Amino acid sequence: MITLHWLYALAGAMFAAFALLSALDKANPKRLGNAAFWGLMALSLLGGDVIGDFGNGLLVLGLAGLAGFGFIGRSHPPTTSEEEREGWSSKLGNKLFLPALIIPATALLGTLLYNYTPLGQAGWIEPKRETYVFLGLGVLFALAAIFAWLRPPAIAPLQEGRRLIDAIGWAAVLPQMLASLGVLFAAAGVGDAIGSLTRMVIPEGSIFLTVAVFGIGMAVFTMVMGNAFAAFPVMAAAIGVPLLIQHYHGDPAVVGAVGMLAGFCGTLMTPMAANFNLVPAALLELKDQYGVIRAQIATALPLLAVNILLIYLLAFR
Amino acid sequence: MINYWPLIGILLVVIGFALKFNPMLVVTVSAIVTGLIAGMDPVEVISTFGKAFNDNRIIAIVWIVLPVIGLLERFGLQQRAAAVIRSMKNATTGRLLILYLIYRQITAAIGLHSTAGHPQTVRPLVAPMALAAAEKQHGHLSEAEAEKVKAYSAATDNVGLFFGEDIFFAIGSIVLIQQILATYGYDLAPLQLAVWAIPTAIAAFLIHATRLVRFDRKLGNRGR
Repeated sequence: MITLHWLYALAGAMFAAFALLSALDKANPKRLGNAAFWGLMALSLLGGDVIGDFGNGLLVLGLAGLAGFGFIGRSHPPTTSEEEREGWSSKLGNKLFLPALIIPATALLGTLLYNYTPLGQAGWIEPKRETYVFLGLGVLFALAAIFAWLRPPAIAPLQEGRRLIDAIGWAAVLPQMLASLGVLFAAAGVGDAIGSLTRMVIPEGSIFLTVAVFGIGMAVFTMVMGNAFAAFPVMAAAIGVPLLIQHYHGDPAVVGAVGMLAGFCGTLMTPMAANFNLVPAALLELKDQYGVIRAQIATALPLLAVNILLIYLLAFR
Repeated sequence: MINYWPLIGILLVVIGFALKFNPMLVVTVSAIVTGLIAGMDPVEVISTFGKAFNDNRIIAIVWIVLPVIGLLERFGLQQRAAAVIRSMKNATTGRLLILYLIYRQITAAIGLHSTAGHPQTVRPLVAPMALAAAEKQHGHLSEAEAEKVKAYSAATDNVGLFFGEDIFFAIGSIVLIQQILATYGYDLAPLQLAVWAIPTAIAAFLIHATRLVRFDRKLGNRGR
Protein backbone atom coordinates (compact mmCIF):
# COMPACT_ATOMS: atom_id res chain seq x y z
CA MET A 1 0.00 0.00 0.00
CA ILE A 2 1.19 3.51 -0.80
CA THR A 3 1.34 5.44 2.46
CA LEU A 4 2.32 8.96 3.41
CA HIS A 5 5.81 7.64 4.14
CA TRP A 6 6.45 7.35 0.40
CA LEU A 7 5.76 11.08 0.13
CA TYR A 8 7.94 11.84 3.18
CA ALA A 9 10.75 9.97 1.41
CA LEU A 10 10.21 11.96 -1.81
CA ALA A 11 10.14 15.31 0.02
CA GLY A 12 13.07 14.21 2.23
CA ALA A 13 15.18 13.36 -0.80
CA MET A 14 14.39 16.78 -2.26
CA PHE A 15 15.40 18.61 0.92
CA ALA A 16 18.60 16.49 1.11
CA ALA A 17 19.45 17.65 -2.41
CA PHE A 18 18.73 21.28 -1.44
CA ALA A 19 21.10 20.84 1.52
CA LEU A 20 23.87 19.39 -0.64
CA LEU A 21 23.54 22.08 -3.32
CA SER A 22 23.47 24.76 -0.60
CA ALA A 23 26.72 23.44 0.87
CA LEU A 24 28.38 23.64 -2.57
CA ASP A 25 27.03 27.14 -3.33
CA LYS A 26 30.19 29.24 -2.87
CA ALA A 27 28.34 32.42 -3.89
CA ASN A 28 26.18 32.32 -0.75
CA PRO A 29 27.97 33.54 2.42
CA LYS A 30 25.42 31.62 4.55
CA ARG A 31 25.75 28.40 2.57
CA LEU A 32 26.56 26.22 5.59
CA GLY A 33 23.59 27.52 7.57
CA ASN A 34 21.27 26.83 4.67
CA ALA A 35 22.79 23.37 4.23
CA ALA A 36 22.28 22.55 7.92
CA PHE A 37 18.70 23.89 7.93
CA TRP A 38 17.49 21.95 4.88
CA GLY A 39 19.58 18.97 6.00
CA LEU A 40 17.64 18.85 9.27
CA MET A 41 14.36 18.98 7.32
CA ALA A 42 15.61 16.05 5.22
CA LEU A 43 16.53 14.15 8.38
CA SER A 44 13.06 14.77 9.84
CA LEU A 45 11.28 13.55 6.72
CA LEU A 46 13.54 10.56 6.09
CA GLY A 47 14.37 9.49 9.64
CA GLY A 48 11.80 11.10 11.90
CA ASP A 49 10.41 7.74 12.99
CA VAL A 50 13.84 6.38 13.91
CA ILE A 51 15.41 9.15 15.99
CA GLY A 52 12.81 9.11 18.77
CA ASP A 53 10.74 11.89 20.34
CA PHE A 54 13.67 13.51 22.13
CA GLY A 55 15.78 13.31 18.98
CA ASN A 56 13.01 15.03 17.03
CA GLY A 57 12.84 17.66 19.78
CA LEU A 58 16.55 18.41 19.45
CA LEU A 59 16.11 18.57 15.67
CA VAL A 60 13.40 21.20 16.11
CA LEU A 61 15.60 23.22 18.48
CA GLY A 62 18.32 23.09 15.80
CA LEU A 63 15.93 24.42 13.14
CA ALA A 64 14.74 27.21 15.44
CA GLY A 65 18.29 28.18 16.40
CA LEU A 66 19.54 28.28 12.80
CA ALA A 67 16.56 30.38 11.69
CA GLY A 68 16.28 32.55 14.79
CA PHE A 69 19.92 33.61 14.99
CA GLY A 70 20.25 34.50 11.31
CA PHE A 71 22.31 31.56 10.06
CA ILE A 72 20.25 31.12 6.91
CA GLY A 73 20.01 33.49 3.96
CA ARG A 74 18.74 33.87 0.43
CA SER A 75 20.71 32.20 -2.37
CA HIS A 76 20.92 32.95 -6.08
CA PRO A 77 21.21 29.63 -7.91
CA PRO A 78 21.81 29.74 -11.68
CA THR A 79 18.63 30.47 -13.62
CA THR A 80 17.51 32.31 -16.75
CA SER A 81 17.39 36.11 -17.15
CA GLU A 82 14.24 38.18 -17.57
CA GLU A 83 15.01 38.59 -21.31
CA GLU A 84 15.57 34.86 -21.83
CA ARG A 85 12.27 34.18 -20.08
CA GLU A 86 10.39 36.63 -22.31
CA GLY A 87 12.00 34.84 -25.27
CA TRP A 88 10.95 31.38 -24.09
CA SER A 89 7.47 32.66 -23.26
CA SER A 90 6.79 33.96 -26.77
CA LYS A 91 8.46 30.96 -28.38
CA LEU A 92 6.58 28.30 -26.41
CA GLY A 93 3.21 30.05 -26.24
CA ASN A 94 0.32 28.85 -24.12
CA LYS A 95 1.54 25.24 -24.19
CA LEU A 96 3.73 26.36 -21.28
CA PHE A 97 0.66 26.18 -19.03
CA LEU A 98 0.12 22.48 -19.68
CA PRO A 99 2.88 21.12 -17.40
CA ALA A 100 1.69 23.48 -14.62
CA LEU A 101 -1.82 22.12 -14.98
CA ILE A 102 -0.65 18.50 -14.83
CA ILE A 103 -0.28 18.74 -11.04
CA PRO A 104 -3.81 19.96 -10.14
CA ALA A 105 -5.33 17.84 -12.93
CA THR A 106 -3.67 14.66 -11.67
CA ALA A 107 -4.69 15.41 -8.09
CA LEU A 108 -8.26 16.19 -9.17
CA LEU A 109 -8.83 13.32 -11.60
CA GLY A 110 -6.95 10.84 -9.44
CA THR A 111 -9.00 11.70 -6.36
CA LEU A 112 -12.28 11.49 -8.28
CA LEU A 113 -11.42 8.20 -9.99
CA TYR A 114 -10.14 6.68 -6.77
CA ASN A 115 -13.27 7.60 -4.81
CA TYR A 116 -16.03 7.10 -7.36
CA THR A 117 -14.88 4.08 -9.39
CA PRO A 118 -14.00 0.52 -8.35
CA LEU A 119 -10.33 1.58 -8.60
CA GLY A 120 -10.35 2.67 -4.98
CA GLN A 121 -11.63 -0.62 -3.64
CA ALA A 122 -8.30 -2.28 -4.31
CA GLY A 123 -6.96 -0.33 -1.32
CA TRP A 124 -3.66 0.70 -2.87
CA ILE A 125 -3.45 3.96 -1.01
CA GLU A 126 -3.60 4.88 2.66
CA PRO A 127 -7.24 5.91 3.34
CA LYS A 128 -8.04 9.66 3.17
CA ARG A 129 -4.55 10.43 1.86
CA GLU A 130 -5.21 9.78 -1.81
CA THR A 131 -5.18 13.47 -2.85
CA TYR A 132 -1.67 13.88 -1.43
CA VAL A 133 -0.47 10.75 -3.22
CA PHE A 134 -1.90 11.98 -6.53
CA LEU A 135 -0.34 15.39 -5.87
CA GLY A 136 3.05 13.67 -5.61
CA LEU A 137 2.33 11.63 -8.72
CA GLY A 138 1.34 14.83 -10.55
CA VAL A 139 4.70 16.39 -9.65
CA LEU A 140 6.55 13.40 -11.13
CA PHE A 141 4.38 13.46 -14.29
CA ALA A 142 4.97 17.19 -14.72
CA LEU A 143 8.74 16.78 -14.31
CA ALA A 144 8.77 13.96 -16.86
CA ALA A 145 6.76 16.07 -19.32
CA ILE A 146 9.06 19.09 -18.96
CA PHE A 147 12.19 16.99 -19.45
CA ALA A 148 10.77 15.24 -22.51
CA TRP A 149 9.71 18.55 -24.04
CA LEU A 150 12.27 21.20 -23.07
CA ARG A 151 15.32 19.17 -22.04
CA PRO A 152 16.61 21.44 -19.24
CA PRO A 153 19.92 20.59 -17.54
CA ALA A 154 19.44 17.56 -15.26
CA ILE A 155 20.19 19.57 -12.12
CA ALA A 156 17.79 22.42 -13.05
CA PRO A 157 14.66 21.26 -11.13
CA LEU A 158 16.65 21.05 -7.90
CA GLN A 159 18.41 24.39 -8.42
CA GLU A 160 15.16 26.13 -9.34
CA GLY A 161 13.40 24.49 -6.39
CA ARG A 162 16.22 25.67 -4.12
CA ARG A 163 15.84 29.20 -5.51
CA LEU A 164 12.19 29.18 -4.40
CA ILE A 165 12.64 27.44 -1.04
CA ASP A 166 15.45 29.86 -0.09
CA ALA A 167 13.16 32.78 -1.01
CA ILE A 168 10.61 31.38 1.44
CA GLY A 169 13.23 30.50 4.05
CA TRP A 170 12.22 29.48 7.58
CA ALA A 171 8.59 30.44 6.84
CA ALA A 172 8.41 27.06 5.07
CA VAL A 173 8.81 25.29 8.42
CA LEU A 174 6.85 27.67 10.66
CA PRO A 175 3.39 26.10 10.07
CA GLN A 176 4.68 22.77 11.37
CA MET A 177 6.20 24.54 14.40
CA LEU A 178 2.89 26.25 15.19
CA ALA A 179 0.99 22.97 14.94
CA SER A 180 3.46 21.53 17.45
CA LEU A 181 3.01 24.55 19.75
CA GLY A 182 -0.75 23.88 19.66
CA VAL A 183 -0.15 20.33 20.90
CA LEU A 184 1.95 21.67 23.78
CA PHE A 185 -0.66 24.30 24.66
CA ALA A 186 -3.32 21.59 24.81
CA ALA A 187 -1.16 19.39 27.05
CA ALA A 188 -0.54 22.35 29.37
CA GLY A 189 -4.26 23.12 29.84
CA VAL A 190 -4.33 26.45 27.98
CA GLY A 191 -7.78 25.57 26.58
CA ASP A 192 -9.37 25.11 30.01
CA ALA A 193 -8.03 28.44 31.19
CA ILE A 194 -9.38 30.31 28.14
CA GLY A 195 -12.76 28.61 28.45
CA SER A 196 -13.15 29.62 32.06
CA LEU A 197 -12.15 33.24 31.28
CA THR A 198 -14.74 33.48 28.49
CA ARG A 199 -17.55 32.25 30.76
CA MET A 200 -16.88 35.19 33.09
CA VAL A 201 -17.86 37.78 30.44
CA ILE A 202 -21.20 36.18 29.44
CA PRO A 203 -24.20 38.36 30.26
CA GLU A 204 -27.14 36.49 31.82
CA GLY A 205 -30.40 36.09 29.88
CA SER A 206 -29.54 37.50 26.45
CA ILE A 207 -29.41 34.90 23.69
CA PHE A 208 -28.04 37.41 21.18
CA LEU A 209 -25.17 38.56 23.41
CA THR A 210 -24.31 34.95 24.27
CA VAL A 211 -24.17 34.13 20.54
CA ALA A 212 -22.00 37.21 19.99
CA VAL A 213 -19.54 36.21 22.73
CA PHE A 214 -19.42 32.67 21.28
CA GLY A 215 -18.69 33.94 17.74
CA ILE A 216 -16.18 36.58 18.78
CA GLY A 217 -14.59 34.14 21.22
CA MET A 218 -14.14 31.60 18.39
CA ALA A 219 -12.48 34.28 16.21
CA VAL A 220 -10.24 35.70 18.96
CA PHE A 221 -9.14 32.32 20.33
CA THR A 222 -8.46 31.17 16.76
CA MET A 223 -6.28 34.25 16.26
CA VAL A 224 -4.33 33.41 19.42
CA MET A 225 -3.89 29.73 18.57
CA GLY A 226 -3.62 30.21 14.80
CA ASN A 227 -6.10 27.42 14.24
CA ALA A 228 -9.89 27.14 14.52
CA PHE A 229 -9.54 23.43 15.28
CA ALA A 230 -7.87 24.27 18.58
CA ALA A 231 -10.45 26.92 19.43
CA PHE A 232 -13.56 24.88 18.69
CA PRO A 233 -13.39 22.25 21.46
CA VAL A 234 -12.68 24.97 24.01
CA MET A 235 -15.49 27.33 22.98
CA ALA A 236 -17.90 24.42 22.54
CA ALA A 237 -17.21 23.31 26.10
CA ALA A 238 -17.33 26.84 27.52
CA ILE A 239 -20.37 28.36 25.75
CA GLY A 240 -21.62 26.41 22.73
CA VAL A 241 -22.90 23.28 24.45
CA PRO A 242 -23.82 24.37 28.01
CA LEU A 243 -25.42 27.73 27.13
CA LEU A 244 -26.45 27.88 23.45
CA ILE A 245 -27.51 24.26 23.00
CA GLN A 246 -28.57 23.03 26.45
CA HIS A 247 -29.79 26.22 28.15
CA TYR A 248 -31.29 28.12 25.19
CA HIS A 249 -32.09 25.00 23.06
CA GLY A 250 -30.20 26.10 19.94
CA ASP A 251 -29.82 23.70 16.99
CA PRO A 252 -26.50 21.88 17.59
CA ALA A 253 -25.80 21.53 13.85
CA VAL A 254 -25.97 25.30 13.29
CA VAL A 255 -24.05 26.19 16.45
CA GLY A 256 -21.30 23.73 15.52
CA ALA A 257 -21.00 24.40 11.79
CA VAL A 258 -21.34 28.19 11.79
CA GLY A 259 -19.33 28.48 15.02
CA MET A 260 -16.39 26.84 13.27
CA LEU A 261 -16.76 29.28 10.36
CA ALA A 262 -16.68 32.22 12.79
CA GLY A 263 -13.32 30.80 13.85
CA PHE A 264 -12.16 30.78 10.23
CA CYS A 265 -12.77 34.56 10.15
CA GLY A 266 -10.15 34.74 12.92
CA THR A 267 -7.74 32.64 10.83
CA LEU A 268 -7.81 35.38 8.17
CA MET A 269 -6.55 37.96 10.69
CA THR A 270 -3.63 36.30 12.49
CA PRO A 271 0.08 35.82 11.81
CA MET A 272 -0.21 32.63 13.88
CA ALA A 273 -1.90 30.99 10.86
CA ALA A 274 1.47 31.12 9.14
CA ASN A 275 0.80 28.77 6.25
CA PHE A 276 -2.16 30.86 5.07
CA ASN A 277 -0.91 34.35 5.90
CA LEU A 278 2.89 34.53 6.26
CA VAL A 279 4.02 31.80 3.85
CA PRO A 280 2.22 33.35 0.83
CA ALA A 281 3.69 36.76 1.74
CA ALA A 282 7.15 35.15 1.54
CA LEU A 283 6.24 33.12 -1.53
CA LEU A 284 5.06 36.25 -3.40
CA GLU A 285 8.09 38.19 -2.08
CA LEU A 286 6.01 40.90 -0.41
CA LYS A 287 7.90 43.61 1.50
CA ASP A 288 5.25 43.63 4.23
CA GLN A 289 5.04 40.20 5.85
CA TYR A 290 1.56 41.12 7.14
CA GLY A 291 0.38 42.31 3.69
CA VAL A 292 -1.91 39.32 3.11
CA ILE A 293 -3.55 39.78 6.52
CA ARG A 294 -4.13 43.48 5.80
CA ALA A 295 -5.89 42.52 2.55
CA GLN A 296 -8.18 40.11 4.45
CA ILE A 297 -9.37 42.07 7.49
CA ALA A 298 -12.13 43.94 5.64
CA THR A 299 -13.56 40.60 4.46
CA ALA A 300 -13.15 38.84 7.81
CA LEU A 301 -14.86 41.38 10.09
CA PRO A 302 -18.17 41.77 8.18
CA LEU A 303 -18.23 38.00 7.63
CA LEU A 304 -17.81 37.42 11.37
CA ALA A 305 -20.84 39.68 11.96
CA VAL A 306 -22.79 37.69 9.35
CA ASN A 307 -21.87 34.42 11.07
CA ILE A 308 -23.06 35.70 14.44
CA LEU A 309 -26.36 36.79 12.86
CA LEU A 310 -26.69 33.42 11.11
CA ILE A 311 -26.30 31.50 14.36
CA TYR A 312 -28.81 33.80 16.07
CA LEU A 313 -31.37 33.54 13.24
CA LEU A 314 -30.95 29.89 12.19
CA ALA A 315 -30.21 28.06 15.46
CA PHE A 316 -33.17 29.54 17.35
CA ARG A 317 -35.86 29.20 14.69
CA MET B 1 -9.53 25.38 40.47
CA ILE B 2 -8.34 26.23 36.97
CA ASN B 3 -4.66 26.97 36.52
CA TYR B 4 -4.23 30.23 34.60
CA TRP B 5 -0.41 30.25 34.53
CA PRO B 6 -0.06 28.40 31.16
CA LEU B 7 -1.64 31.51 29.55
CA ILE B 8 1.80 33.11 29.89
CA GLY B 9 2.73 31.03 26.83
CA ILE B 10 0.11 32.86 24.77
CA LEU B 11 1.27 36.20 26.12
CA LEU B 12 4.84 35.37 25.04
CA VAL B 13 3.63 34.59 21.51
CA VAL B 14 1.63 37.81 21.24
CA ILE B 15 4.51 39.95 22.57
CA GLY B 16 7.07 38.13 20.43
CA PHE B 17 5.06 38.61 17.22
CA ALA B 18 4.30 42.25 18.10
CA LEU B 19 8.00 43.03 18.67
CA LYS B 20 8.82 41.21 15.40
CA PHE B 21 11.24 38.73 16.92
CA ASN B 22 11.93 35.77 14.64
CA PRO B 23 8.72 33.67 14.79
CA MET B 24 10.67 30.38 14.91
CA LEU B 25 12.32 31.51 18.15
CA VAL B 26 9.10 32.97 19.57
CA VAL B 27 7.26 29.69 19.04
CA THR B 28 10.07 27.58 20.49
CA VAL B 29 10.51 29.75 23.60
CA SER B 30 6.76 29.86 24.17
CA ALA B 31 6.47 26.07 23.83
CA ILE B 32 9.27 25.44 26.31
CA VAL B 33 8.04 28.00 28.86
CA THR B 34 4.45 26.74 28.65
CA GLY B 35 5.54 23.13 29.14
CA LEU B 36 7.73 23.98 32.11
CA ILE B 37 4.98 26.06 33.77
CA ALA B 38 2.57 23.15 33.34
CA GLY B 39 4.99 21.02 35.40
CA MET B 40 6.74 18.98 32.69
CA ASP B 41 10.46 18.37 33.08
CA PRO B 42 12.77 19.75 30.32
CA VAL B 43 13.28 16.38 28.61
CA GLU B 44 9.52 15.78 28.57
CA VAL B 45 8.90 19.24 27.07
CA ILE B 46 11.43 18.70 24.27
CA SER B 47 10.11 15.20 23.59
CA THR B 48 6.49 16.36 23.44
CA PHE B 49 7.46 19.18 21.06
CA GLY B 50 9.53 16.81 18.90
CA LYS B 51 6.80 14.18 18.72
CA ALA B 52 4.24 16.81 17.68
CA PHE B 53 6.60 18.08 14.96
CA ASN B 54 7.09 14.56 13.66
CA ASP B 55 3.34 13.86 13.69
CA ASN B 56 2.74 16.98 11.57
CA ARG B 57 5.22 16.24 8.77
CA ILE B 58 2.36 16.10 6.27
CA ILE B 59 2.46 19.92 6.30
CA ALA B 60 5.91 19.82 4.62
CA ILE B 61 4.74 17.69 1.70
CA VAL B 62 3.33 20.55 -0.43
CA TRP B 63 6.85 21.87 -1.05
CA ILE B 64 7.49 19.02 -3.52
CA VAL B 65 5.78 21.19 -6.15
CA LEU B 66 8.58 23.79 -6.00
CA PRO B 67 10.97 22.12 -8.50
CA VAL B 68 8.19 22.02 -11.11
CA ILE B 69 7.13 25.64 -10.51
CA GLY B 70 10.76 26.82 -10.51
CA LEU B 71 11.49 24.93 -13.71
CA LEU B 72 8.48 26.45 -15.48
CA GLU B 73 9.45 29.92 -14.25
CA ARG B 74 12.84 29.30 -15.85
CA PHE B 75 11.03 28.89 -19.18
CA GLY B 76 8.93 32.04 -18.72
CA LEU B 77 5.71 30.84 -17.03
CA GLN B 78 5.06 34.16 -15.26
CA GLN B 79 5.76 36.12 -18.47
CA ARG B 80 3.37 33.83 -20.36
CA ALA B 81 0.61 34.31 -17.77
CA ALA B 82 1.04 38.06 -18.15
CA ALA B 83 0.93 37.80 -21.97
CA VAL B 84 -2.36 35.89 -21.89
CA ILE B 85 -3.99 38.55 -19.76
CA ARG B 86 -2.67 41.35 -22.00
CA SER B 87 -4.35 39.65 -24.95
CA MET B 88 -7.75 39.61 -23.24
CA LYS B 89 -9.90 42.65 -23.85
CA ASN B 90 -12.01 42.75 -20.72
CA ALA B 91 -9.72 41.24 -18.08
CA THR B 92 -9.41 43.27 -14.91
CA THR B 93 -7.71 42.30 -11.67
CA GLY B 94 -11.03 42.23 -9.85
CA ARG B 95 -12.87 40.12 -12.42
CA LEU B 96 -9.99 37.69 -12.68
CA LEU B 97 -9.82 37.23 -8.90
CA ILE B 98 -13.62 36.84 -8.67
CA LEU B 99 -13.38 34.00 -11.19
CA TYR B 100 -10.62 32.39 -9.13
CA LEU B 101 -12.70 32.85 -5.97
CA ILE B 102 -15.57 30.93 -7.58
CA TYR B 103 -13.22 28.21 -8.82
CA ARG B 104 -11.60 27.86 -5.40
CA GLN B 105 -14.89 27.74 -3.48
CA ILE B 106 -16.41 25.15 -5.81
CA THR B 107 -13.39 22.84 -5.96
CA ALA B 108 -12.99 23.06 -2.17
CA ALA B 109 -16.71 22.31 -1.74
CA ILE B 110 -16.30 19.02 -3.61
CA GLY B 111 -13.26 17.99 -1.57
CA LEU B 112 -10.54 19.07 -3.97
CA HIS B 113 -9.01 21.68 -1.64
CA SER B 114 -5.45 20.33 -1.98
CA THR B 115 -5.43 20.75 -5.76
CA ALA B 116 -4.90 24.52 -5.61
CA GLY B 117 -3.07 26.74 -3.12
CA HIS B 118 -0.36 29.35 -2.68
CA PRO B 119 2.57 27.27 -4.02
CA GLN B 120 0.52 25.31 -6.58
CA THR B 121 -1.55 28.07 -8.19
CA VAL B 122 -1.19 31.54 -6.62
CA ARG B 123 2.54 32.13 -7.14
CA PRO B 124 2.86 30.63 -10.64
CA LEU B 125 -0.50 31.65 -12.16
CA VAL B 126 -2.96 33.79 -10.21
CA ALA B 127 -0.64 36.54 -8.94
CA PRO B 128 1.18 37.11 -12.28
CA MET B 129 -2.15 37.18 -14.11
CA ALA B 130 -3.66 39.65 -11.63
CA LEU B 131 -0.57 41.87 -11.95
CA ALA B 132 -0.71 41.77 -15.74
CA ALA B 133 -4.41 42.65 -15.73
CA ALA B 134 -3.76 45.65 -13.48
CA GLU B 135 -0.87 46.87 -15.64
CA LYS B 136 -2.81 46.42 -18.83
CA GLN B 137 -5.68 48.48 -17.53
CA HIS B 138 -3.90 51.14 -15.54
CA GLY B 139 -0.37 51.30 -16.91
CA HIS B 140 2.74 50.97 -14.78
CA LEU B 141 2.06 50.08 -11.13
CA SER B 142 3.90 51.60 -8.19
CA GLU B 143 5.60 49.10 -5.89
CA ALA B 144 2.91 49.62 -3.24
CA GLU B 145 0.17 48.94 -5.78
CA ALA B 146 1.89 45.78 -7.07
CA GLU B 147 2.19 44.57 -3.44
CA LYS B 148 -1.55 45.17 -2.96
CA VAL B 149 -2.45 43.19 -6.10
CA LYS B 150 -0.30 40.25 -4.95
CA ALA B 151 -1.72 40.41 -1.42
CA TYR B 152 -5.28 40.38 -2.77
CA SER B 153 -4.40 37.33 -4.91
CA ALA B 154 -3.28 35.38 -1.84
CA ALA B 155 -6.25 36.68 0.20
CA THR B 156 -8.68 35.48 -2.47
CA ASP B 157 -7.22 31.98 -2.31
CA ASN B 158 -7.67 31.89 1.48
CA VAL B 159 -11.24 33.20 1.44
CA GLY B 160 -12.23 30.74 -1.30
CA LEU B 161 -10.67 27.81 0.52
CA PHE B 162 -11.95 28.56 4.04
CA PHE B 163 -15.55 29.27 3.01
CA GLY B 164 -15.82 26.48 0.45
CA GLU B 165 -14.21 23.51 2.17
CA ASP B 166 -16.74 23.05 4.98
CA ILE B 167 -19.49 22.32 2.43
CA PHE B 168 -17.57 19.12 1.75
CA PHE B 169 -18.67 16.73 4.48
CA ALA B 170 -15.55 14.56 4.65
CA ILE B 171 -13.19 17.32 5.70
CA GLY B 172 -11.27 17.53 8.97
CA SER B 173 -13.19 20.43 10.47
CA ILE B 174 -16.59 18.79 9.92
CA VAL B 175 -15.32 15.54 11.41
CA LEU B 176 -13.97 17.49 14.39
CA ILE B 177 -17.30 19.29 15.00
CA GLN B 178 -19.11 15.96 14.77
CA GLN B 179 -16.77 14.24 17.22
CA ILE B 180 -16.90 17.06 19.76
CA LEU B 181 -20.70 17.30 19.70
CA ALA B 182 -20.95 13.49 19.91
CA THR B 183 -19.11 13.55 23.24
CA TYR B 184 -22.02 15.64 24.59
CA GLY B 185 -24.57 13.18 23.21
CA TYR B 186 -25.53 15.03 19.99
CA ASP B 187 -25.11 12.55 17.16
CA LEU B 188 -25.16 14.39 13.84
CA ALA B 189 -24.39 13.13 10.34
CA PRO B 190 -21.56 15.06 8.63
CA LEU B 191 -23.97 16.11 5.88
CA GLN B 192 -26.31 17.76 8.45
CA LEU B 193 -23.39 19.96 9.48
CA ALA B 194 -22.08 20.63 5.99
CA VAL B 195 -25.35 22.16 4.70
CA TRP B 196 -25.08 24.92 7.32
CA ALA B 197 -21.80 26.01 5.76
CA ILE B 198 -23.66 27.11 2.62
CA PRO B 199 -25.15 30.43 3.88
CA THR B 200 -21.72 31.57 5.09
CA ALA B 201 -20.13 30.49 1.79
CA ILE B 202 -22.57 32.71 -0.11
CA ALA B 203 -22.00 35.63 2.27
CA ALA B 204 -18.21 35.23 1.96
CA PHE B 205 -18.49 35.33 -1.83
CA LEU B 206 -20.68 38.45 -1.81
CA ILE B 207 -18.47 40.35 0.65
CA HIS B 208 -15.14 39.47 -0.96
CA ALA B 209 -16.36 39.91 -4.55
CA THR B 210 -17.70 43.37 -3.66
CA ARG B 211 -14.29 44.27 -2.25
CA LEU B 212 -12.58 43.03 -5.43
CA VAL B 213 -14.86 45.20 -7.60
CA ARG B 214 -14.05 48.20 -5.41
CA PHE B 215 -10.34 47.34 -5.56
CA ASP B 216 -10.56 47.55 -9.37
CA ARG B 217 -12.16 50.97 -9.08
CA LYS B 218 -9.55 52.14 -6.58
CA LEU B 219 -6.73 51.12 -8.93
CA GLY B 220 -8.50 53.05 -11.71
CA ASN B 221 -9.04 56.21 -9.66
CA ARG B 222 -5.49 56.74 -8.50
CA GLY B 223 -3.86 60.04 -9.26
CA ARG B 224 -7.11 61.66 -10.29
